[in-house]
Amino acid sequence: MFYLIQLLNAVQYGLLLFLLSSGLTLIFGILGVINLAHGSFYMIGAYLAYWLAKLTGNFWLAIPLAIAIAFAIGLVLEIALIRRLYRRDHLYQVLLTFGLILVFEELRSIFFGDEVHGVATPKLLDFSIPLTDTLSYPVYRLFVTVVCLAIAALLYWTIYKTRIGMMIRAGNSNREMAASLGINVPLLFTGVFAAGMALTALAGAIAAPISSVFPGMGNQILIICFVVVVIGGIGSINGALIASLAIGFADTLGKVIAAEYSAIAVYLVMALILLWRPQGIGNQA
Amino acid sequence: MSEAILQARNLCKRFGGLAAVDDVSLQIQTGALHAVIGPNGAGKTTLLNLLSGDLPASSGTISYAGRNVTSWAPEKRSRLGVGRSYQITNIFFDFTVLENCRLAAQSRAPRPFQWWRNAASNETDLRRARYALDAVGLAPRAADLARTLSHGEQRQLEIAVCLATEPRLLLLDEPLAGMGAEESKVMIDLIARLAENHAILLIEHDMDAVFQLAKTLTVMATGRVLAAGTPEAIRANREVQSAYLGALE
Amino acid sequence: MTPISLPRPILLLAVVALALFPLAASTFYVQLGAKIMILAIFALSLDLLVGHSGMISFGHAAYFGVAAYALALISPKYEAANLWLTLPAAMGVSALAALIIGFFVVRTTGVYFIMVTLAFAQMLYAVFHDTKAGGGSDGIYIYVRPELALAGWKPLDLENPTQFYYLALIFLIVVYVFLNRVLQATFGRALAGIRLNEQRMRSIGFPVFAYKLGAFVLAGALAGLAGYLAACQFGFVNPDILAWQQSGIVLMMVILGGMGRLHGAVLGAFSYVVLQEALSAPPLVGAYAKHWQLALGGLIVLIVLSLPRGIGGLLDGTLRRKNRPGEIP
Repeated sequence: MFYLIQLLNAVQYGLLLFLLSSGLTLIFGILGVINLAHGSFYMIGAYLAYWLAKLTGNFWLAIPLAIAIAFAIGLVLEIALIRRLYRRDHLYQVLLTFGLILVFEELRSIFFGDEVHGVATPKLLDFSIPLTDTLSYPVYRLFVTVVCLAIAALLYWTIYKTRIGMMIRAGNSNREMAASLGINVPLLFTGVFAAGMALTALAGAIAAPISSVFPGMGNQILIICFVVVVIGGIGSINGALIASLAIGFADTLGKVIAAEYSAIAVYLVMALILLWRPQGIGNQA
Repeated sequence: MSEAILQARNLCKRFGGLAAVDDVSLQIQTGALHAVIGPNGAGKTTLLNLLSGDLPASSGTISYAGRNVTSWAPEKRSRLGVGRSYQITNIFFDFTVLENCRLAAQSRAPRPFQWWRNAASNETDLRRARYALDAVGLAPRAADLARTLSHGEQRQLEIAVCLATEPRLLLLDEPLAGMGAEESKVMIDLIARLAENHAILLIEHDMDAVFQLAKTLTVMATGRVLAAGTPEAIRANREVQSAYLGALE
Repeated sequence: MTPISLPRPILLLAVVALALFPLAASTFYVQLGAKIMILAIFALSLDLLVGHSGMISFGHAAYFGVAAYALALISPKYEAANLWLTLPAAMGVSALAALIIGFFVVRTTGVYFIMVTLAFAQMLYAVFHDTKAGGGSDGIYIYVRPELALAGWKPLDLENPTQFYYLALIFLIVVYVFLNRVLQATFGRALAGIRLNEQRMRSIGFPVFAYKLGAFVLAGALAGLAGYLAACQFGFVNPDILAWQQSGIVLMMVILGGMGRLHGAVLGAFSYVVLQEALSAPPLVGAYAKHWQLALGGLIVLIVLSLPRGIGGLLDGTLRRKNRPGEIP
């Protein structure tokens, strides 16, 4: 039973990672931009959820508000800054988005301070399902798992089954051709970026009751996302899913076996993949 | 007849479901230039990539000077004496012409991890570099940036970089691509001279050049060998005529 | 590619100016000067990878930090360690770390390389932060600076800020001259070729993996030198020294200072420290001094958008004309 709980935790963490990493890998695969500020949007989503929930007293109101605000910030960011990076070397993309991380961290510090804040689990889901006489599992975590799965399915369906998705994939493989076919590539890219950021913020928002909000939360998870993308392969959603779940399990297993070394376990998995299949699980050689 | 320096047997390269190169075999002798011709998309460059090591083969074998090099990386094959030029000019555009060749010559150096002596003071490398430049006729442009060369000159540099490594086998991918009549003539003369003491595999679309230079030909279409043999035999081959040469007579 | 270098007279002038600086400056500025020079060595080591070999490492702080921890762990608690023994040992540890990690990461390129170098550095951070190996998040103190003693002869007393400054200056000059030679030797030329066209380098016979790994290890060792000196000066080592922010900052120094130009790395280190001091000085910015990184971040964004070749790139025009003939371009 104890292991069932760990299994559920692993899946929940893995799916949350998947949500985040698919955004990262799509933005890299489609827009060609490596965006370090990806983690910052996770943080923005979490802090917005914390603040708006306190402000309105209603967690369920806070979530869509947070998504909307994050989407707006994403729009502004893309139009003002990110679109100038598309044609530039990865080096400068890394540097500029690194600068953005610094800005976002300090803004967070100015507006919300540096303490850790808990976020109350919404009353509707604030109960546990009993598994045995002594053990039970929090329903909210199940909720997060389900939401992540639903969004993953939505993402998949959008990219592969809709016209917009086709346009996105076209814009990815050949910008000029897509443009000459009448697709407004700049507008599309703006939309993709803002949507990616909104998605990331959503992940942060719904995870907030579980993880609390704290300084550096975005950067911490960004690096894990990098590991997922490396293992899964850039641009591959399938790879991101497999890798996220693998990391979820490695991390949870690591915590059970030797808490001190759990963080290291994840990187060891990455090292092995680098030796065996450096292009990532989801990609062809 | 000299022994074949390069032998490819039943080479295949598959990308997913598509066979870009399908069961191709050929051999090349020193002193006998072998040309590979065929329509666009026939798999000629892919074949060259398999021979140079830039792409790993899905199946088949490649032997060079009697050794099985099928799984060898490009750098290993190069050190054995395989030299390869690219269809799209692949030189070091931000270096000078001389530096392009000097660096290529440096690859033959027995002490590669030197860190103190100025590289430009190595006489052996400079000699090899200048020899390569003289061979292609680029010596007057030695101090110019490769970027500033004309297209034809860049194609010449493309070959010179190859030559500076003192190869025994040359794999040339459309060396005449984009060249005018005058430049082509210079390049054809160069290749003819090189063919005397190197083994050469030449991919070309310029049929005049091909029939002038080649001792043997392989015709490819859709990844397979359509026909192989002497220029006369190929010219007379009906299949080849209809598939590729058209009204060439 | 033109490794534009400062003409000899200017370099000599700079060395003389640096040597005379402590005579005119207060202790605070002498210590700041030493800090800048140590960071300059760190930036130079990364420039070898980023500017000259085309390898964008986002985890270089790992080798900086590992050497610092090596010193902290080898040093006797209340005595001075011997620099002649501990410095090579610390650099050796950094080089070994770079060799092991390099073995995994050098087989990747582009964005993958950026991500995996960051990931492995984060792994080392986790090792030092989560485990008891290096005192955990509390860190380790180095109460007494190492001494430069050999059979009783002590040319420099490192506890003295001015003499420590001169030690840093000597190392900066040595590293600068060393890298200058390496870049124009066959090893450096091969790295330059790899940066321009890796595929062709393989095609003409260069074992590219070996060269890149060699550069990675060398850069790691030099970062270790900088880390050792930084630990000496600061007297305290904690996991933040390996943090990804540190890797980002040194990368920023290299890019903003101007990549591929040795003096650019030095300029970058200098600019960063000056910026940090200016943006966090209470008289200038008042209550927001604590949040100086906000201005730093904004400045980085602005510079990336407006200065394609960094601050050092501004000098390129004048320097190109002054470059000596016969230099390999």
